[in-house]
Amino acid sequence: MQYTIAHLKRGERGVITDVSSKNIPLKLLEMGCLPGNFVELIQFAPFQDPMYLNINGSHVAIRKETASHILIEKITHE
Amino acid sequence: MSKQINVALIGNPNTGKTSVFNALTGLNQKVGNYPGITVEKKEGVCKLPRGVKAHIIDLPGTYSLNASSLDESVVIELLLNKNDKDYPDVAVVVSDVENLKRNLLIFTQIKDLEIPTILVINMSDRMKYKGISLDIDYLEKQLQTKIALISTRKNIGIDRLKELITNYRDLSVTPCLDPSEIDKPYFDALRKAFPNQLIYKLWLVITQDVNFGKTDRNEIDAIASFKTKTSGDLKRLQQRETIKRYQFINNVLKKGKTIDVTQAKDLRSKLDRILTHKVWGYVIFFFILLTIFQAIYDWSSVPMDLIDGAFASLSEWVKTTLPSGAFTNLLAEGIISGLGGIVIFIPQIAFLFLFISVLEESGYMSRVVFLMDNIMKRFGLSGKSVVPLISGTACAIPAIMATRNIESWKERLITILVTPFTTCSARLPVYLIIISLVIPEGRFLGLGYQALTLMLLYLLGFVSAVVSAYILNKILKIKSKTFFVVEMPNYKLPLFKNVALTVIEKTKSFVFGAGKIILAISIVLWFLASYGPGDNFNNAEEIIKTENVANNLSDDELQQKIASHKLEHSFIGIAGHAIEPAIRPLGYDWKIGIAIVSSFAAREVFVGTLATIYSVGNDDEDTIKNRMAKEVNPVLGGPLFTLASGISLLLFYAFAMQCMSTLAVVKRETNSWKWPVWQLVIMTAIAYITALIAFQLLK
Ligand SMILES: Nc1nc2c(ncn2[C@@H]2O[C@H](COP(=O)(O)OP(=O)(O)OP(=O)(O)O)[C@@H](O)[C@H]2O)c(=O)[nH]1
Ligand SMILES: [Mg+2]
Repeated sequence: MQYTIAHLKRGERGVITDVSSKNIPLKLLEMGCLPGNFVELIQFAPFQDPMYLNINGSHVAIRKETASHILIEKITHE
Repeated sequence: MSKQINVALIGNPNTGKTSVFNALTGLNQKVGNYPGITVEKKEGVCKLPRGVKAHIIDLPGTYSLNASSLDESVVIELLLNKNDKDYPDVAVVVSDVENLKRNLLIFTQIKDLEIPTILVINMSDRMKYKGISLDIDYLEKQLQTKIALISTRKNIGIDRLKELITNYRDLSVTPCLDPSEIDKPYFDALRKAFPNQLIYKLWLVITQDVNFGKTDRNEIDAIASFKTKTSGDLKRLQQRETIKRYQFINNVLKKGKTIDVTQAKDLRSKLDRILTHKVWGYVIFFFILLTIFQAIYDWSSVPMDLIDGAFASLSEWVKTTLPSGAFTNLLAEGIISGLGGIVIFIPQIAFLFLFISVLEESGYMSRVVFLMDNIMKRFGLSGKSVVPLISGTACAIPAIMATRNIESWKERLITILVTPFTTCSARLPVYLIIISLVIPEGRFLGLGYQALTLMLLYLLGFVSAVVSAYILNKILKIKSKTFFVVEMPNYKLPLFKNVALTVIEKTKSFVFGAGKIILAISIVLWFLASYGPGDNFNNAEEIIKTENVANNLSDDELQQKIASHKLEHSFIGIAGHAIEPAIRPLGYDWKIGIAIVSSFAAREVFVGTLATIYSVGNDDEDTIKNRMAKEVNPVLGGPLFTLASGISLLLFYAFAMQCMSTLAVVKRETNSWKWPVWQLVIMTAIAYITALIAFQLLK
């Protein structure tokens, strides 16, 4: 299954594998939302939207819609 | 005069650019722990060692040179136009030590424009707390720059920064990266076509639609037309460029910055666990709101009463001291009461800005925005609309100014358009007097009917704001990206100085900005109410005296009758009679008509106007109330203020757009007359129709 940030649960982390630049504001890319960088879900509001993330050290909140365009590989706890 | 050094402060939002600006120039621009506080270019002068002077420009925060919003394009326009009078001799990139990685992105871009660049690493006071250590020498070498490690809070390192600016000629202008690596053939072709241009500048011009100033427009057009790639391709290339830059930065920081995790304290995640919690987050927010309401209504009533009293006695004093005549009357009744009408709002406005500024400076505001976005989104608003809707309960003017950081133009416009529905403090006196007249005193479930009515009116304000947002969202055909990205800054203890300055600055700009309009209107109103055409007005005294010879009136009563006769035949009285046919279906007479007409300047004049009309010498609400209770409906007979006409009036004031100052601010913020005119027409239409329906159903 193809994971996106929208699939993350609280406290889970992942590594970004691909972002569809068409659906993502450039601002987010520039904050470090790029392939190879890690992302962690810190908190979500009710209905899991928006999502409060730590992306590559930047703390941002984005809507779930946007999050679903950022593909990740989940880091599972070994 | 020796030439000044042009210095531009550039960097990500919320890194402390304005704080550095204030430290260098000694000015007091607004600072806040919420991204996007600065939206316009600000300038100041800094004295450097050895008598050199620098011209400092504070710019809005931007994440990179790829501008995605209007305030960001200010930065790139400046950097690409060598002929701009503010074109910097040296760029000072301000970064936050905790977010160095992200902050360095724009640094590498500016270096690639071959502009002499100094790197400021700000907030060094937080390093110990976070266990961060930096190898400054290594970083300077790798980034080919000079670094000033500073803390504007603790006032550390500012002198070193001044020294670096003075010696800006020693800075290296070697670029950090070669952008052509991302697509060799394309960049080679580009280079061949424009051999005299900087390759990175070419690339920037091609990838954005910004206005680069007139001077080298022709040349720029030629470059911009060099589009052999689709916009999708360009975007992909931009992404590849960003990745490259991050690779470079990560490499540099691997050695240059170390974090000792065992030393780091994590206040943020502890606070966030509660403040953004699904349940507790909302509970806490609710209590904060209650406190703010409390402050605005309760705490400010004491200073407001004082101000009210002071202006009344001032006006009285002027009347008795100055020789009587038209000028004295204008001063006492027009100008002084007009000024009082502005000054009386200072306590509320100041309290409101105090709270908003504390919320901003602490970093809590972003959390509220996070909590509310989901709910607001359903109505075509943004999480960021919450801030204006809350402050709208005090006054719509500062509330509308607070919409500036909403990035989607459509969401921002809708917020501006619906904010005036919230029950602002100017409606309160109108509500209170009408409620006390027409709503019985009984109780329902322990709550007084009157209090309940007031609560319902507040609720009505919010509901109509949200419902109209929903409708506007459906009908407005505006294409604008509705993305939503909010940075969640670190929590910080609000700095007293910053908060105090914000409160003073904002209050001042309210008083002088909106104040001018209120003042002008009140002078005009005074003229219209004090003069009238024809004998009926000019000979009021004789007419009343002859009418009442037999009635044996006291002097006071006679004077009141004369005043009321004059008003009826003054310009504004004539206007009242003219609109009477239009408002009779709503259950009002011409006197209420006058009050409504004058209310279009500002609602709060309603009670005052009625006071004059009913010939009561003072504004004491009880006497007006008794008078109002005695008024007789000219058509139906019986009392004028019944449940039907009272409810109709309440609804009219709840919906009508009766505030010149708000309209003026909407004009300024939307940059067109179209929106305020729409607002005026539609809100007043809604007011009229609901009032009409209510009166016809209830009468
Ligand atoms: N701890 C600490 N906080 C600082 C320092 N300098 C600034 N701040 C805080 O950082 C926040 C942002 O400061 P600003 O000067 O408004 O930042 P800015 O870069 O102008 O922000 P925008 O105009 O929104 O782009 C404020 O809350 C400041 O009080 C510092 O040296 N140490
Ligand atoms: Mg600023």
